[in-house]
Amino acid sequence: MSRVTLENVGVSVKGTTLVEGVSLRVESGSWLSIIGPNGAGKSTLLRAVTGVAAFTGSVEVDGRPVADMTRRERAAAIAWVPQTPVIPPGMRVFDYLLLGRTAHLHPLATEGRSDLDLVESILEDLDLTTFARRQVSTLSGGERQRTVIGRALAQQSPVLLLDEPTTALDLGHQQDVLLLLRRLQQENGQTIISTMHDLTLAGQFADHLVLLAGGSIAAEGDATSVLTEDHIHNHYGARVRVTHEPDGVIVVPRTLTGLAQRETP
Amino acid sequence: MNLRPAAARLSWLVGGALFVVAACVFALVVGPTDIPRSGVLAESVNRLTPLTIDNDLTETQRSIVWNLRLPRVVLGVLVGAALATSGATYQGVFRNPLADPYLLGVAAGGGLGATIAFVNGWGDATGAFDAVQIAAFIGALTSVGLTWIVGVLGDQSRSATSLILAGVAVASFFTAAQTFLQQRNADDIRQIYTWFLGGLTTSGWDETLQLLPVAIVCVIVLSISGRTLDVLAVGDEEATMLGLSVGRSRVLLVVVASLLTASAVAVSGLIAFVGLIVPHTVRLLFGPSFRTIVPMSIAVGAGFLVLCDLAARTILSPAELPIGVVTAFFGAPFFVVILRTAAAR
Repeated sequence: MSRVTLENVGVSVKGTTLVEGVSLRVESGSWLSIIGPNGAGKSTLLRAVTGVAAFTGSVEVDGRPVADMTRRERAAAIAWVPQTPVIPPGMRVFDYLLLGRTAHLHPLATEGRSDLDLVESILEDLDLTTFARRQVSTLSGGERQRTVIGRALAQQSPVLLLDEPTTALDLGHQQDVLLLLRRLQQENGQTIISTMHDLTLAGQFADHLVLLAGGSIAAEGDATSVLTEDHIHNHYGARVRVTHEPDGVIVVPRTLTGLAQRETP
Repeated sequence: MNLRPAAARLSWLVGGALFVVAACVFALVVGPTDIPRSGVLAESVNRLTPLTIDNDLTETQRSIVWNLRLPRVVLGVLVGAALATSGATYQGVFRNPLADPYLLGVAAGGGLGATIAFVNGWGDATGAFDAVQIAAFIGALTSVGLTWIVGVLGDQSRSATSLILAGVAVASFFTAAQTFLQQRNADDIRQIYTWFLGGLTTSGWDETLQLLPVAIVCVIVLSISGRTLDVLAVGDEEATMLGLSVGRSRVLLVVVASLLTASAVAVSGLIAFVGLIVPHTVRLLFGPSFRTIVPMSIAVGAGFLVLCDLAARTILSPAELPIGVVTAFFGAPFFVVILRTAAAR
């Protein structure tokens, strides 16, 4: 269990400010989802937390600045599931998960029995055992995403960052992946920070939402306070209907008929 | 079901080792001089191990085995393993299956160094150290060093692309200088041309023993770097997030592979094809993990070059074919077959 704290984080690339003045506190074992329109700076902020993108301000895991960590220490503290991971041609699922052990091994050492046991247990846990010898590139979208998450789990990092984990998945696989993440959060106590485009799913699964717009925080809180028709209209430029159901906050795009009805005085 | 890939890798490695042993035995017992096969093997065992096996070889035959065939076979093993392992490493570091050990200018630098030695008449000198070898070695390392400097000047992150482009530029420059020197010294063209085609010509054990320590150390380092090469395959950004020091790993691997290549080029000239095709063939046959590619490239490269050298010294016996001709002549069709087989799977 680890707490993540961002203090006045900013990211600029070649004079263009992408993220500015973001301060956040993600409690141990909780799930924060960053939402916002395209170009809002969601992925950039996530990359700053990983240390891949240069940033100003401070990012800390359990009070320790990420900037002071070595690469291996950082990888042991934070695991990253990129939006479009590079899948080496022909690499098999078992070998792909073993890559997650890098931070725990000497650069010239090879995996030991405990590493192989861990990967086997993760394969079993993620229902991937039957795919262990399959090439990652031949898996379906949902299986592949589970495999990439499996590599992150092999890092045994208390903090899990996921950039658009449900992109390009059908509805069933989106739910599967998000339920898996919720299980990891609840059973392993992992702290999760994800970016999400689907607002309804983000509201249903995350404990806390941050709406990012123009690189800054426009709103934050629980789903009820962030997923409002006004926020979404102001920052996404979208007309939506927001309803509160037993399953959570539901965001539905308005049809042309619905728009006409709404705008009729 | 055993999910772990290690068991399969071990059986492949045993097969690779048997291939090298079989190639060496075959190359030892076949030669222009007719020597009883059992005697050749017995003499080899007597010389290389504490064992003693009686044989009826004459002193001349014993000398042929010990001073001609054995050093040449061992040199073939070392050079073949060196070129194939370096090629596999370069292909992993640069994430480019078309990379070969000469990518960063080793060939052009070695060629310029050797040409400088030939045109100055150092090729005829005698002594413990061959001036052509030393000049080729220095030229090869100078070329890689220059490539590194140019690549880093152009891109502080030392990205693979900037290094490859720097290698192209430096190799072109060195090749231009080499061609200029060669044209100005037409009398030495035959010597230079022969060197460029490569060969495992030995004078006793000198060349083999010069290459042996560097080859052993470098091949060991590269063979245990397979996991690092696998991590590099996911790209610099993801590899960094997995905890790998990408820049430092790339420097280490390129330096070791370049040192190994330069050492091999210094004693054998430019043997084409092995460093490109052997790791590529190994990938097609045994899969894309560098934990398999690197050690299997050592075995396949060693066995392949020993057999090519056998063909080079026997096909037109007593004359010799340049080994580069043999590696390409037999290797290219074999590679096409492998390529077609892999595509049909």
